[in-house]
Amino acid sequence: MIKSPTRRKRLLWIVAIAVAVVATAWGVIRAFNDNMVFFYTPTQVLAGEAPSGRSVRIGGMVETGSVQREGLTISFRMTDLKHSVPVSYTGVLPDLFREGKGAVAQGELKSGVFSASEILAKHDENYMPPKLGKDAK
Amino acid sequence: MIAEIGQLLLSLAFAASLVIGLQHLWGLRRVAAPGVDLAAANRILGTTAFLTFVLVAASFGLLATLFMGSDFSVLNVAENSNTLLPLQYKFAATWGSHEGSFLLWNLMLCGWTAAVALASNALAAGYRARVLTLLLVLQAFFLLFLLSSSNPFERLLPAVAEGRDLNPLLQDPFMVIHPPMLYMGYVGFAVAFAFAVAALMEGRLDPTWARWSRPWANAAWSFLTIGILLGSWWAYRELGWGGWWFWDPVENASLMPWLAGTALIHSLAVTDKRDALKSWTILLSLVAFALSLLGTFLVRSGVLTSVHAFATDPKRGIFILSMLMLIVGASLVLYALRTRDIGLGGRFGKVSRESFLLANNVLMSAALGAVMLGTLYPLFAEVLSGRKMSVGPPYFEAVFVPLLLPAAYLMAVAPNLRWKESTLPAVLRPMLLPTLAALLLATAAVLWLGPFKWLTVLGLTGALILAWGTADHARRQLAKLSTNGDSGSLGARAGKLGASYWGMVIAHLGVAAFVAGVSMVKSYEFERDLVMKPAETVQVGSNRITFIGVDQGSGPNYATQHGVFELTEGEGKVIYLMEPQKRMYQAGRQVMTEAAIDYGMFRDVYVSLGEPVEPKPGEAASDQGWSVRIYVKPFMAWVWIACLMMAIGGGTTLFDRRYRLRRAAAPATDAASASSPAQA
Repeated sequence: MIKSPTRRKRLLWIVAIAVAVVATAWGVIRAFNDNMVFFYTPTQVLAGEAPSGRSVRIGGMVETGSVQREGLTISFRMTDLKHSVPVSYTGVLPDLFREGKGAVAQGELKSGVFSASEILAKHDENYMPPKLGKDAK
Repeated sequence: MIAEIGQLLLSLAFAASLVIGLQHLWGLRRVAAPGVDLAAANRILGTTAFLTFVLVAASFGLLATLFMGSDFSVLNVAENSNTLLPLQYKFAATWGSHEGSFLLWNLMLCGWTAAVALASNALAAGYRARVLTLLLVLQAFFLLFLLSSSNPFERLLPAVAEGRDLNPLLQDPFMVIHPPMLYMGYVGFAVAFAFAVAALMEGRLDPTWARWSRPWANAAWSFLTIGILLGSWWAYRELGWGGWWFWDPVENASLMPWLAGTALIHSLAVTDKRDALKSWTILLSLVAFALSLLGTFLVRSGVLTSVHAFATDPKRGIFILSMLMLIVGASLVLYALRTRDIGLGGRFGKVSRESFLLANNVLMSAALGAVMLGTLYPLFAEVLSGRKMSVGPPYFEAVFVPLLLPAAYLMAVAPNLRWKESTLPAVLRPMLLPTLAALLLATAAVLWLGPFKWLTVLGLTGALILAWGTADHARRQLAKLSTNGDSGSLGARAGKLGASYWGMVIAHLGVAAFVAGVSMVKSYEFERDLVMKPAETVQVGSNRITFIGVDQGSGPNYATQHGVFELTEGEGKVIYLMEPQKRMYQAGRQVMTEAAIDYGMFRDVYVSLGEPVEPKPGEAASDQGWSVRIYVKPFMAWVWIACLMMAIGGGTTLFDRRYRLRRAAAPATDAASASSPAQA
């Protein structure tokens, strides 16, 4: 079917390029799958929907009165106003971390306690109260 | 009254852009536009471009005046400023809101259009008219958006006594300069876009097309580089997390047009010099601007929550999205229809400068695709399945290194390639010894610094051979000139190689510095969170940090807790007094961390204050401990300097003599170009 050597050569190139493209795409998608982090609410965590042994994010409000510090270690309860999950974290907290405010924690669930490797406080929801214009009217 | 005048000026600018733009778009819709007086059309289009720029600039000036005068009867001012705000931030607050920043966006667009009108007299008349028409139509679109859903002059009645304040995160010297630079870059790609669409409208690519387009693309790319650099440095200084790139969707939104722009400026070089890769270059021109719009959509629509996303208003998101669809869709349809007429252009061998530049393009595009997947997929997934998810930095790092590190190696040998056809031995032979030497040097360095990591060795080797390959090529070029009988001074010979060449050398040396810097900082940075009490000392690397204490102070609009740390080296020699702060802004009661950084050529030491730790029972209050975060970042400065070099390199190319369009050809072509755009 393939007659001329130039044609065969061209076909070879096309195959090589196709292989390279597929390999790259496969690598990217695999890296993507390995690093996907899903987000759960405390209710979902308590219902056992969050996988263990894999990094996940949980989000909600820092329950008022639940924050306890000991040196660098802090423990608090993350709530979605229905259920709450105990969270522990060691390190310096972001500026906007406050009781009664929104926060997101990334980490793993270990024997009932969410052990966070990172705490993200939501900048905007804290900063932007309802529109000033509507208040004023 | 000022607000009403500002709004009126904007409306006038919108009306002028719309009427003149649409009228000429209709008049010039066919390839040949008989009955159109091109000279007159160009005069009108040029005048409209200047006029709209002046109108929008005046309107912007009025908004700035309102901010400086704290006129809280204007909603935008009341929401984003405060009487306590220092003057420079009152001014910067002009673009501190969605509305204001979009006015800035429009001002930049009008500025670029006016610049094109000013500098394009030598273009073929029909082509110039189409470029200006397209830019005016774009202006009309965006001014419409500004007026209809983001009016920066909206009144607030009755006026409030005190404004809400500028987000404290934005109260930083960089606020004055980062957004304008970034927008100059984003919007600058509109020019390359208009050049490409105008060529598609004409169905042919003038051989000198790329030469016209190149300086504009290079300028936009340089501004974008500076904008991203400033944003990254700002995050490093301000957010107190010690990172400089978080793969946050907002950062990715600016990285995507940058990657497309990088591919574009290289592809333009091929089209300019060899008349090859034509269709591809056109496509990249469209994509770079489309990604700038996508970036604007992502950041401004409230789809993403971040520091940059202002109050969410779905109307705006839908407007930008439909505009994005319309502009990108129309230009892609035009591309699909006309790309055959344009053709691929010249052919080249598998080993040639063209093929290597194409390889660079492919790697950039792959990286772009990977960033896009990581940024957009989580958004789609949430809309489609309702599941919230994200991919973190590990994904981006895992795909970026294998995609872009090879680019450094390709760049190292690229100068040795000839256009059209080279042989591999001729390309690789001059690099053989340097590569071996670089590999040995990098291995030795990594072994000495310990722990051994192959990736670090590969990164440092790539940086070294890239720097060597680039510098050595420049040296050989200079030597070649003098052996060919050029007896001029070094400066004169350097001038002969052209600003374009030297721009490339500077930018590529910048990439080498970037690869070296990132390899070092990623491999050897370390971080410690700890509780420190006054007079306590901690050893970090070759430095020691002693905590002196925290006292109270105040700034113009905040109260501060002011930490003092001594950074010492060797035998107790104090080299830097580090003063991180914890600020409480009065207007909104927000807390902000200001890190203290001791910058160095080879390492940054970074200290930020956490929170006071309650003393244990029985301890004196003066022994109040604080949680403290300490970072040591080797070679961090190299990353900033590298980005600056890339931007300077891009800027240098603008001075190339080749880009100075000759006016002489223009008058003769005016008459002829009605039917066929002449060869200017």
